[in-house]
Amino acid sequence: MIPELGHVALIIAFVLAMGLAVVPLWGTMRHDIAAMNMAPSLALGVTVFVGMAFALLATSFLQDDFSVAVVAANSNSLLPPIFKFSALWGNHEGSLLLWVLILSGWMTAVAYFSRGLPLEMVARVLSVMGMIAVGFLAFSLLTSNPFERLLPNTPLDGNDLNPLLQDPGLIIHPPLLYMGYVGLSVPFAFAIAALLGGRLDASWARWSRPWTNVAWGFLSLGIMLGSWWAYYELGWGGWWFWDPVENASFMPWLMGTALVHSLAATEKRGVFRSWTVLLAIFAFSLSLLGTFLVRSGVLTSVHAFASDPERGLFILIFLALVVGGSLLLYALRAPSVASRVSYTGVSRESLLMVNNLVFTVATIVVLLGTLFPLVMDAFSLGKYSVGPPYFNAVFVPLMALVMPFMTAGPLSRWREDSAKRWLHELLMPGVGVLVVALVLASLGRDGFNIWIALAVLLAGWVALGVIKDLWRRIASAPDGELKWRRLTPSFMGMTLAHLGFAAVVLGAVVVTQGNQERDLRMAVGDVEELGGYRFELLRLGQQAGPNYLAEQAVFEVTRDGQIIAGLVPEKRRYFASGQIMTEAAIDASLWRDLYIALGEPIGEDAWAVRLQYKPMVRWLWLGSLMIGLGALVTALDRRYRSQAVRKPVPTSGVAGLAG
Amino acid sequence: MHPIRKQRLVLVSLMVVLSSVAIGLVAFALRDNINLFYPPADVIAGKAPTDRTIRLGGMVVEGSIERSETELDTTFWVTDYEGSVAVRYSGILPDLFAEGEGVVAEGMLDAAGTLVATQVLAKHDENYMPPEVAAALEGKTAPAERTALP
Repeated sequence: MIPELGHVALIIAFVLAMGLAVVPLWGTMRHDIAAMNMAPSLALGVTVFVGMAFALLATSFLQDDFSVAVVAANSNSLLPPIFKFSALWGNHEGSLLLWVLILSGWMTAVAYFSRGLPLEMVARVLSVMGMIAVGFLAFSLLTSNPFERLLPNTPLDGNDLNPLLQDPGLIIHPPLLYMGYVGLSVPFAFAIAALLGGRLDASWARWSRPWTNVAWGFLSLGIMLGSWWAYYELGWGGWWFWDPVENASFMPWLMGTALVHSLAATEKRGVFRSWTVLLAIFAFSLSLLGTFLVRSGVLTSVHAFASDPERGLFILIFLALVVGGSLLLYALRAPSVASRVSYTGVSRESLLMVNNLVFTVATIVVLLGTLFPLVMDAFSLGKYSVGPPYFNAVFVPLMALVMPFMTAGPLSRWREDSAKRWLHELLMPGVGVLVVALVLASLGRDGFNIWIALAVLLAGWVALGVIKDLWRRIASAPDGELKWRRLTPSFMGMTLAHLGFAAVVLGAVVVTQGNQERDLRMAVGDVEELGGYRFELLRLGQQAGPNYLAEQAVFEVTRDGQIIAGLVPEKRRYFASGQIMTEAAIDASLWRDLYIALGEPIGEDAWAVRLQYKPMVRWLWLGSLMIGLGALVTALDRRYRSQAVRKPVPTSGVAGLAG
Repeated sequence: MHPIRKQRLVLVSLMVVLSSVAIGLVAFALRDNINLFYPPADVIAGKAPTDRTIRLGGMVVEGSIERSETELDTTFWVTDYEGSVAVRYSGILPDLFAEGEGVVAEGMLDAAGTLVATQVLAKHDENYMPPEVAAALEGKTAPAERTALP
């Protein structure tokens, strides 16, 4: 009964979403206030019914109802309850339901927080989001119904959740990532609404901006968690593989990075308006493309749940409609009057443009590398794979290119600035950073390392600009008093995110350069030295878990005779599937991680063991956390709350120039 | 020059410079860093290059995995039921690497026709088969005498 109720709830949600997609939009054309006013209630209705379907599916999972196909395929009675719950989105059908749930959550949030916006705008935005909801609900109902039953051949027990996914990381990684992925539909909807209404001004950018920042922040956090999960769960100790599915989430992030910066220029100065709209369209299209890549089974990846051509075709058509439709609308409606706001080559606008160019190009090269094998295969030109060396070769130089500009960015002035002033502000600190970089890079065990020197130089350079700007803000009062109140959330968020970016770059380069790894055979009593640490294999043992049996190896790690950590890597055998899983043991700290993973047993009392010493690997996730949190903080800025005024506020004469 | 024109000039030249850099990088990177996939039958037929990295995919032949007792060296045979190629790998194999299962090995062929693998990829879960392997095996049956080691 429960699954049928869920199915009905999903169908009702679909009908409501159709209403949302049509009625308010129709209302904006007919100036029918009642029709436009229905948008928030319809959005809430969709959320309630999708939420109900989600809760009912969760109930089926928790009650071990193996007559439901997805439960039988992805859960097991021995599974701990928390994993039974997260198993809901550890499969294609359930994760799609999560997608729709989060989309409707965003819709409701927009409806709730936008009560101060012009009614027409709200109606258009929610209608556009309603259309997206219709597409995905149809996808769910027509090709991947999560409530399908296995009757009368109900299995006695389920197939179990893939052991790789039985992990706390999986409980939060997909929801966070989807928050970002799906959240990009909000700036998309705002962009489409602006094109429909022909209003593309600074107040539009100000409405759209906090949503964009929040969505992008969640996307950053989701990607970070995915990287972290891969690091400790896959047992290789890698943190980024340039796997096509990682790229699928990374491309919207890169485009989103450009969008976040371009929106800043549009909001503050009214420049780049058409470009910003285009970026919003592309960012969401890339998240749809990501969904297609992941869900259609065209890729070899841990995320490819099912290869069902019908599903791939559905998303491909949906993608074509969304991209084609919005680009057509763009072509028809993009502001025809060129922006009359001028700026010089040396100004904050130009620097933001550099950011936009670099991140757009970065998106394109990642897209090329990701799609190249698919295109070649589609035309039967051979089965290629494009590996990390390609991506590193094209991506790393681009990031190195953008970093020198990042320092001047926050310090620079809008419209017109002088290179002389930048030089004055940054010359001495720059020299300081250079010296520090050269010194630090020579301290390594293997002598001078040019890459570490460059990373310290660039990361230090970025951090320096940010810190200098921070200081300038709080200390520039003539009475010498520190003005903490000048630190607005939007400034603090930017500062945090830029520092985070510097930390990620530094962590990435140091761990890549300084990583030490050894695969070897170790028997009880064997000792191995790595990175100045002494690893001793003390004994082997067994340990039973709730749904698995683990072979353990107990290691003691010492340094200069002092005990640093006891590490117990495991090799688990899961009962239901018989699958073998490596559980790495990690001793984590800010400056280095020690990582031990077991391979397979060799002979009687020995194991193949992988030992790794990974300097500063934590900086990657710490930095990403700062980027994500920084983006979330910016949305708290008071000027976004002042939008609770019925009429759009003309800002500094920019609104008057709207195309 | 008029400020807006100057601005456009700067913008256009920036774009030109950046896109040429990007195209250069892409061309350079694609030249060396893409690997072509070959099923074992093609490798035996001599269609695979020996001077660059390739990907070999198929099923691990039953009973063909030989592990060293003292080192991490492993050899095994990969088949597409039309031919088999030996693979040598030194290191830790993925959890789901097993006899009779799908595998993709990346590396270079040596003079004896053995693939010296730098990376071995196995499927991620019980029901999953790498698409290349699935395509390579499509329409090929597994008669017992042909899966035997040559």
